[in-house]
Amino acid sequence: MSALFESRDLVIPGDVLYEGRIRTGDNTYLRQGKVYASRIGLVEYGRGMVSVITLEAGYNPLVGDTVVGDVVDIELGRWNVDIDASVAAHLNVPDAIDAPFRPDIVMPDILDIGETVVAKVVDLDRWRTPILSILGRDLGKVEEGFTIRITPSKIPRLIGKQGSMVKMILKETGCDIVIGQNGRILINGEKREQEDIAVKVIGKIDREAHTTGLTNRIQEYIKRLKEEFD
Amino acid sequence: MSPRKKKKKWNRVDGRDFNELRPLKIESGVLPNADGSAYIEMGKNKIMVGVFGPREMHPKHLSRPNMAVLRCRYHMAPFSVDPRRSPAPSRRDNEISMVMRYALEPAVFLDRYPRSVIDVYAEILEADGGTRCASLNAASVALVDAGIPMRDLVVSCAAGKYDGQLVLDLGDHEDQEGEADVPLAYMPKLDMVTLLQMDGILSPKEFDGCISLALEGCQKIYETQREALKKKYEVEEEEKKD
Repeated sequence: MSALFESRDLVIPGDVLYEGRIRTGDNTYLRQGKVYASRIGLVEYGRGMVSVITLEAGYNPLVGDTVVGDVVDIELGRWNVDIDASVAAHLNVPDAIDAPFRPDIVMPDILDIGETVVAKVVDLDRWRTPILSILGRDLGKVEEGFTIRITPSKIPRLIGKQGSMVKMILKETGCDIVIGQNGRILINGEKREQEDIAVKVIGKIDREAHTTGLTNRIQEYIKRLKEEFD
Repeated sequence: MSPRKKKKKWNRVDGRDFNELRPLKIESGVLPNADGSAYIEMGKNKIMVGVFGPREMHPKHLSRPNMAVLRCRYHMAPFSVDPRRSPAPSRRDNEISMVMRYALEPAVFLDRYPRSVIDVYAEILEADGGTRCASLNAASVALVDAGIPMRDLVVSCAAGKYDGQLVLDLGDHEDQEGEADVPLAYMPKLDMVTLLQMDGILSPKEFDGCISLALEGCQKIYETQREALKKKYEVEEEEKKD
């Protein structure tokens, strides 16, 4: 009945985190009375639960997430959107144009293959396929800008506490940034230099998400980058 | 000195002790385009492994409704051996791909990703005996690097009999000239064997000896795998201080 690591230690799949009865949190599993880690990450003990904050993980769609995705296929009445999940998401016609599907709708005119959308996961169907909607504020087809990708498990770090990190990046770079929970980030700046700074900063957050005092270091980093460009 | 005493000092072709591994180097996260990747140098073996997924499976009819499919591809580059080898997948490549899949499947939580696929591509850049074991070692590091939920790492190592002696981690020469070869893959924390093959003839006693020797080697490789995975995050901590 004991914790076998310190909180925030780096653990690897197969590491025994706890022996005895305890609630198992994210990225852990129970086997013969022992709690094991199932992903690489930082272990967290607290409130009768043991979990691992993972450093590497694919995107697991949840209802309510805002995601950035590419249209990869058009079927009758729906678009298939690649959102980096284990299966492609569905965007049905009523969720895209706020009108029922009619056979005379020319779907590629509304959204064509290869176009990028900012969408919201509104539902997971009975096969756990994510259902998207682009009806709503700040959602819809992307007209300008470009996307970059980071590890989806590091998105919370990019957003920061109450959005502190992303607010700072928005303010310092002056770029428009849309963060998809699936690890795709849409950047659109007025100047090329601003976009360059944003890309570099987001890359640095991706690499150093597990370290402490990151917001301050990023602030200094932005300052340094700005001086370089001036 | 009698000739008998001289004989007692027995040495392997490359001067290793009977329970000594070849020099081992593992690196994780080497391919930015892959979801997870690893590079291993085990003696003269040089192997690159890339992992993609979980992603949608094509062709769709091969996907399984209740779990993900683990698809492994073991491939030797034409320049990996002398003389040049055809780049087309051979019978041997196909078999080792299957063997790798069987060895990795027990370690991966495949039921978490129904209808999708996890691709593991092992590319042998240079071969020097024991490539299937080295590929497995790199593949399990790459799977962890891809963030795929795993029960444990898979560690693999061969033991065998060469010149009447049980030896660990056979090189190419020992593999071909030796009497027997036992590749073994193992999950160290769960204490489970996921792959066991034998090529050649061993007595039951020798077989047991080979297994305990290989397990001993696996423990050493496991430490290197752990370090490789942790190193990716340590380097950045040093960077932070600058």
